Amino acid sequence: MEFLQLTYNGLVLGSILALGAIGVTMIFGVLRFAHFAHGDLMTVGAYCTLTFVQTLHWPVWLAALPALALTAVLAVVLDQLFYRRLRRVAPVILLISSFATALMLRAGIQIIWGPGSEVFERGISIPWRVAGLVITPDSLKVLAGAALMVFFVHLFLSRTKMGKSMRAMSDNVDLARISGVPVKRVILVTWLFAGMLAAVAGILLGVNTRLIPTMGWNTLLPIFAAAILGGVGKPYGAILGGLLIGLAMNYSVLFMPSAYKLSVAFVIMIGVLILRPQGLLKGIKL
Amino acid sequence: MSTIGLYQYGLYFLTTAGIYGIMALGLNLQWGLSGVFNLGIAGFFAVGAYTSAILTAAPTPDHWGGFALALPAGAIAAMLACAVLAVIVGAATIKLRSDYLAIATLGIAEVIRMVIKNEGEITGGVRGIAGIASPFDANDQLTTLALVLAALAVLFWLVERARISPWGRVLRAIRENEDGSRAAGKNVSRFRLEAFVVGSAFMGLAGAFYASFIGFISPEAFQPVYGTFLIWVMLIAGGSGNNVGVLVGTFLVWLVWSASSMLTDLLPAGMATQAGAIRIFLIGLMLQVILLARPEGLLPEKSPRLIGRKHKSRKPSSD
Repeated sequence: MEFLQLTYNGLVLGSILALGAIGVTMIFGVLRFAHFAHGDLMTVGAYCTLTFVQTLHWPVWLAALPALALTAVLAVVLDQLFYRRLRRVAPVILLISSFATALMLRAGIQIIWGPGSEVFERGISIPWRVAGLVITPDSLKVLAGAALMVFFVHLFLSRTKMGKSMRAMSDNVDLARISGVPVKRVILVTWLFAGMLAAVAGILLGVNTRLIPTMGWNTLLPIFAAAILGGVGKPYGAILGGLLIGLAMNYSVLFMPSAYKLSVAFVIMIGVLILRPQGLLKGIKL
Repeated sequence: MSTIGLYQYGLYFLTTAGIYGIMALGLNLQWGLSGVFNLGIAGFFAVGAYTSAILTAAPTPDHWGGFALALPAGAIAAMLACAVLAVIVGAATIKLRSDYLAIATLGIAEVIRMVIKNEGEITGGVRGIAGIASPFDANDQLTTLALVLAALAVLFWLVERARISPWGRVLRAIRENEDGSRAAGKNVSRFRLEAFVVGSAFMGLAGAFYASFIGFISPEAFQPVYGTFLIWVMLIAGGSGNNVGVLVGTFLVWLVWSASSMLTDLLPAGMATQAGAIRIFLIGLMLQVILLARPEGLLPEKSPRLIGRKHKSRKPSSD
């Protein structure tokens, strides 16, 4: 029974990681750098939602809509301010820049919203007991929200021209370029796409637990692990990787103290990098 | 501030700058010379600090260790511990692309911090380790400063020698053109691993000095912001690859960072909790501006002159 509960909790965490990992993997695919500010972009999305919830008393799902837009725009602004100007230099400089961006976002959140922890909705919600499983309403919302989002992502990537262009660029930048893929537009859309998904991931993380300024940074490592496990540059791989990492992190409490959950994601990541660096779905070769 | 207060602050400032300088030299060996990306400086710093602290602290029932050894023993052990750790981490990751190396080293630093926090019997947990002996008489901070600066000078000389030696030239060649170096018969992974291990040992030594100088360590001191990010800013501001530049960068960035705390002290009391965040925001912005405006740093890297060869003005060759 405990195993079943851990599986459920793992899927909830995994679906959040998956949404973050899709963004990381597409940014890596299209722009070829590891975006270290992605976790903190998630935090921004969550805190923007919080502001609409607190000031306008909107329900979370409604407050999420403007927050998604704001986070997506912020991602584009960060790209235009910092990353765009560094693209001609080595990708590694972009990585350093994104590390600085991560710190600035986190510091900005602390300046605006303070360092304490917050919740979207106060009050106690009574968990349901189904066949020995403890299911909180919040965790169901997370699963539903993530499933809806993955469905949209799938439609976008498989049915729209822009989505296909993004996947093409992620598969082979040069080939996409000479096939007439509008590179600049794809980069812009990639940031909007990744920013929105990051916001959703952050909001769901906030719904599942609570909001603290370091919430996104603390999930960055498992998100990278998920993207690498799934195959860098592969959005469907990122979903699979996210779920697997979420499950592994929860199963780990059967063997070791829960304080070491994070290290499981790390160990899997190192293992994949050594044994199968292209990941499960044959991502970008290292 | 009184004269004595100023003198005390000056000692503190220079000693800390010296400790950061040692780490920055280590990072310059790794990233500046060899292109080995280390985002886990804080982890090596912490391992060095805790190794030395456990060996040199006074005996206590609160945590393991407390052997009250002298600082040199602690410092050597700190360097060895970091070197061993670097060999293990490096063996698994040194062949990876920079991005993956960055993620992996950041991860290892986080795992180290997790272990320190949770294994209270060894490390004192979140309460940390107190009562770490200073090298000579207690309160003799001038001697500590002299010791740190002497170590910094020796390490500077070593890295500078290494930079112009054949070993350093291979490292720079690998950084510039990995495939070319491999084609020239160089064992690329081995050279990169060597740079990674030696640089990490520097970081361990800095940790040992830090523990002994402050006399108290806890996991809070080894967060990525202070332990990793500041050193990267120092390296890039000063000039990655240029040892003199790196030391100048360390001094200037530490000056700016310290001065920014004086600025935020002027904030109204209601904003006191935000002061740290404002400083971090500004230092992040500073790095962004440097990357955009002057990515080569204050003192850009120069090709080393070869040892034992006088540089005459070269005549244009005829071939």
